[in-house]
Amino acid sequence: MLELKNISHYYRNQSRNTEISVFENFNLLIGEGEIVSLVGKSGCGKTTLVNIIAGYTEPTSGSVFMNGEKVVAPGKDRIVINQIHDLFDWMTVYQNMRLVSNDDNDINKYLSMTRLSEFADAYPYELSGGMKKRLSLARALVVDPKFIIMDEPFNSLDYQLREKFQEELLDIVRKSKKTILFVTHDIEEAVFLSDKVIILSGRPTQIKKEIVISFSKNKVDSIRDTEDFIFLKKKIKEEM
Amino acid sequence: MQNILKKLIVLVVILFLWQLLSSSIHTIIPSPIEVFTALYNLSVQGDIFIHIFASLKRVVVGFLIATFLGVGLALITGYYKKIDVFLKPLVEFLRPIPPIAWIPIAILIFGLGDMSAYFIVFIGAFFPIFTNSFFGVSSLPVIYENIAHSFEIKNFIFVKDILFKFSLPYIFTGLKIGIGMAWMSVIAAELIGAQSGLGYFIQLNRLLLRTDNVIAGMILIGFIGYMLSLLLLTVEKIIIPWSIKK
Ligand SMILES: Nc1ncnc2c1ncn2[C@@H]1O[C@H](COP(=O)(O)OP(=O)(O)OP(=O)(O)O)[C@@H](O)[C@H]1O
Ligand SMILES: [Mg+2]
Repeated sequence: MLELKNISHYYRNQSRNTEISVFENFNLLIGEGEIVSLVGKSGCGKTTLVNIIAGYTEPTSGSVFMNGEKVVAPGKDRIVINQIHDLFDWMTVYQNMRLVSNDDNDINKYLSMTRLSEFADAYPYELSGGMKKRLSLARALVVDPKFIIMDEPFNSLDYQLREKFQEELLDIVRKSKKTILFVTHDIEEAVFLSDKVIILSGRPTQIKKEIVISFSKNKVDSIRDTEDFIFLKKKIKEEM
Repeated sequence: MQNILKKLIVLVVILFLWQLLSSSIHTIIPSPIEVFTALYNLSVQGDIFIHIFASLKRVVVGFLIATFLGVGLALITGYYKKIDVFLKPLVEFLRPIPPIAWIPIAILIFGLGDMSAYFIVFIGAFFPIFTNSFFGVSSLPVIYENIAHSFEIKNFIFVKDILFKFSLPYIFTGLKIGIGMAWMSVIAAELIGAQSGLGYFIQLNRLLLRTDNVIAGMILIGFIGYMLSLLLLTVEKIIIPWSIKK
């Protein structure tokens, strides 16, 4: 359903007059309902790719297709949960939701799903890092996009919170039955959350390997300690 | 308590120096007692309130026009970024011309009286309001524009709820400078081109050689200007609850 065809992207540095090529004829296919993780080192171009898919950045060449239709602008069918703070600071939690949806029932439903109901009248600065991410997620879910892209949503959280939110996210995402592209540099996170892990590396960045996570259907916290899980983690680490 | 004590000490020192000064050149500088007597007499007699009201009316009208035009133009420029190219040089060219330098042309066009004063106040307040609002509007992070596009937010809502609200702290910086400029401008305008107002009042009393009234008028100008700033500060705190943290 999401297809990247022959994407090339360069960044030009005006002052030094240099050019870096982040992607060269990059191709990617994500099927409907899949939860796919994209892992790669910092600076390999993950956020660049997210911006291209979202329609924020026009690739130097190549195209993005959603259900066969070429993507020309950002739209409600693909919502990004950004790596950086993307909530409106001058609006309360409820107002942030209300900006994108007129349906109070839906707003309440997703606020309660992300356990933010009690904070409906709080401003973003009154929320913790994890709560902010949950609000971004609730705001994405309320417009019922086909596709949600998450760019390292757990970056600002400490290790224990991270695990907790990963489970929460998995739970929410399963209930909502969305197609998810999950961007991270944390291998464990990728294995835990997704049906498929795509490893990026090289310069220009290419897909090094795609790994299908077989036990994806029955994820509980305890699988983190199983041999399969640890084996997969190791395998992916070697690939990177 | 400490603070009040410090302020009190400063006040006493000022009054003391003032008294000292007036004792040495009494023909020019009246003593504090004389000035406070003048203030008392003026308020009992009541005419001064007509002047205060005249000045305040001019400031409010000129300031409101400057606010609507300054903020409105900043929002339009921020939204249609292309206008920026020719608007910015025009603003930068007009900005260094002080409000007083506009008084002759204002009198020629509008004659003596309220219209000239509105115009001068407008000129004084417009530039700080516009430049600060414009700075706010143009520092909207790209991420907010992107989010607005993703969620397909209508242009009008984008300007009203995102661009404008984001810029409010900057706009208020402009308003706070602008109200001070507006108040200074109205006094300057009244010194030259009006038949009422605090500026006119001190000018008239200079001609009558009533320096006690002149200084009483100056004290009122300072006090009211201070109150206007405080008023805006209070409004800001009510309107922008989210910036408390920053
Ligand atoms: N706006 C830009 N202008 C110039 N170069 C850029 C720009 N954005 C990114 N780059 C460069 O492109 C490369 C990829 O950046 P990108 O932000 O996509 O990486 P990333 O994989 O998301 O990294 P991280 O994991 O740290 O978020 C980097 O080398 C970066 O320096
Ligand atoms: Mg990134």
